[in-house]
Amino acid sequence: MTADYPQAGQARNRLLRALHYCAVILLIFLLLTPLLAFLFNAFSFRWFYPQLFPNELSTRAWESTFAANSKVPEALLTSTILAVGVTLSSVIIGLPAARALGLYSFRGKRVIEFLIISPTIVPGIAVAMGLNINFIRWGLSGNLLGVGLVHLVPVMPYVVLTLSGVFANYNPEFEQQARSLGAGTLATFWYVTLPAVFPGIVVASLFAYLISWSQYILTFLVGAGQVITMPVLLFSIASGTNNALTAAMSLVFVAPSILILILTARYLSGKSSAIGGFGQI
Amino acid sequence: MTFWDRWRIPIMLAPTMSVIFFLFIGGLIYGGLVSLGWQPLIGRTEISLRAYHNILFSGEFTEVFWNGLALTIWVSVGSTFISAVLALMTALLLRRSFVGKRIATFLYQLNLPVPHVVAAIGILFLFSQSGVLSRTGAQLGLISYPSDFPVLVRDRYGIGMMLSFVWKEVPFIGVIVLAVLQSLGVDYEDLARSLGANRWQRFRYVILPLVMPGVLSGSILVFAFTFGSYEVPAILGVRFPRTLTVTAVRFFRNPDLNARTEGMAISIIISIIVFFLVLGYMWLSRRAIRQD
Repeated sequence: MTADYPQAGQARNRLLRALHYCAVILLIFLLLTPLLAFLFNAFSFRWFYPQLFPNELSTRAWESTFAANSKVPEALLTSTILAVGVTLSSVIIGLPAARALGLYSFRGKRVIEFLIISPTIVPGIAVAMGLNINFIRWGLSGNLLGVGLVHLVPVMPYVVLTLSGVFANYNPEFEQQARSLGAGTLATFWYVTLPAVFPGIVVASLFAYLISWSQYILTFLVGAGQVITMPVLLFSIASGTNNALTAAMSLVFVAPSILILILTARYLSGKSSAIGGFGQI
Repeated sequence: MTFWDRWRIPIMLAPTMSVIFFLFIGGLIYGGLVSLGWQPLIGRTEISLRAYHNILFSGEFTEVFWNGLALTIWVSVGSTFISAVLALMTALLLRRSFVGKRIATFLYQLNLPVPHVVAAIGILFLFSQSGVLSRTGAQLGLISYPSDFPVLVRDRYGIGMMLSFVWKEVPFIGVIVLAVLQSLGVDYEDLARSLGANRWQRFRYVILPLVMPGVLSGSILVFAFTFGSYEVPAILGVRFPRTLTVTAVRFFRNPDLNARTEGMAISIIISIIVFFLVLGYMWLSRRAIRQD
C-alpha cells in the first residue's frame, strides 16, 4: 500500500490499517456468533433468562443425543447411506456427459447445457410435489431409493458443471497413446483418465455430498415421513423448547460437512464454477 | 463413420439427460397436470384452470396467496440485495493483505456448508425474545423482560428470515467475488492509480465493472434459492402471512386430496415467477454490463 500523500501518509495509513482490522474482526465476530450460540446452548443446563452465559455446564444434551432410545444414530446412518449413494451415482451418471460437454462441440450443445443447469433456477418444491404422486404409484415413495432419485435433481447440475470444467483442460490424446501401448479400455480409464480428472471428481463429490446431506424439503415430500434423515429429525424439533438438545443435534449434523470442507479445501479453488453449489445447501 | 463415432455424444449424454428429462422435467410436467385438476388416482381426469382461478382471483385462497407473494418477494429480493452489497464490501475488506488474512478468510467461509435448517435455528438462538441479543440488552439494563425485546423472529415482516438468509449468503456471494478479485491481481488498479484515479474512482470504474458479473451470477442463485426456500420461512415465519412455499406444502399435505390441486398450482406459479424473473434479470444485467 503506497501513500497517496507522502507527507501525512504514514499516520493516515496507520489509522486506515487499524480501521481495517476493526472491520475484519467485527465481520468475523458477526459471522461466528450464531455458530458459538450452538456451542453454548449444547453444553448449557438451566440457562435462565438474563444470564448471558450459562451458569451450569452439562453434557446432558449430548447424552440424550446418543442415548439408546435416541433417533439420532439411525438418522445419521440414513443420511450417510443416502448422501454416499447420491454422490457415487451422480458422479458415475455425470462423468460421460461432462466429458462430452468438455471435449466436443456439437449441435444443440447450448440447449443441453441450459437444460442441465435449469434445476439450479427452478425451485425443487414443484418437482418434488409432481414426482411425489408418481412415486407413490411406483413404490418409490417413502423409501431411500425414491428419495435418492429426487436428490439427483439438485445435485446433477453441479457435478456435470464441475467435471466438464476439468475435461475442458484435458487432452484425450494421452488415452490414444496408452491404447497404442497396449492398454485396454478399463486400464486406460483407470491409469490415464481417472488420475487426470481426480481433483474434479473430489470437488464434484464434495458438492453432491453436501447438497444431499443438507436436503430437507425433497426428502420430506418424497420420503413421506418414512425416511428420517438428520435434517428431517432436526426440523421436527427446531421449533421446540429444548434448546440444548436442538443445539447438540445441529452440531452433530454440521460437523461432518465442515470436516469434509476442511479436508478437501486444497482441491477447491474459488474459480471453480461448482462453488455455486454452496447456494443449494 | 462407425456406429460409435455417430452415436458417441448422445450415448455419453444419455444418463444425465435421463435424470433431467424423467425426474426434473417429468416432475414439472406431471405437477403441471395435477395443478390442472388431473388426478386419475381419485378418478378425476378433466382438465381445468379452476385451482389457478381460485388462487389468483376469486377464492378463499386469494388473500393467502397475494399476501404470501408480497412477503416472498420482499424477503427474497431484500435478502438478495443486502447480501450482494455486504458480500462486495466484505470481499474488498478481505482482499487487502494483512496479518491473519488466511485465518480470516477461512473463518469467513466457515458457514458455507452449514445447512439452512441450522442457520434458521442459529438465528432463533440469537434474536428470539429470550435469545442472546435480548440477554445482552438485559445485562446492559436496556430492557427488563424478554417481552421488552422487539419481535425479530417469527415476525410479520420476515426480518428473521432475512437475517438468516443474509448470514448464509454474504459469504457465498463473497467467495465468488474474492475468486474474481484474486484472478485480477492488482495490475489494473496500479494502472488506474498511475493515471491519477483516487480510491473511489478505482473502485467505481475499475473494480466494480470487473466483479459485477460474479456478483450478478451469485445473486441470481441466491434469489432463486430464497424465493423457493422452505425450511427458513417454516421455522422463522408466522401464521399470516406465510411465504408461498410454506402455503404450497401445507395445501399439498392436506388430507383432502382436492387441496393438493391448489398446493401444486402454487408451486407451479412459484416456478414460473422465478424462471421469468431470473431471465429478465439476466437480460437486464447483461445490458447494464455492456453499457458500463
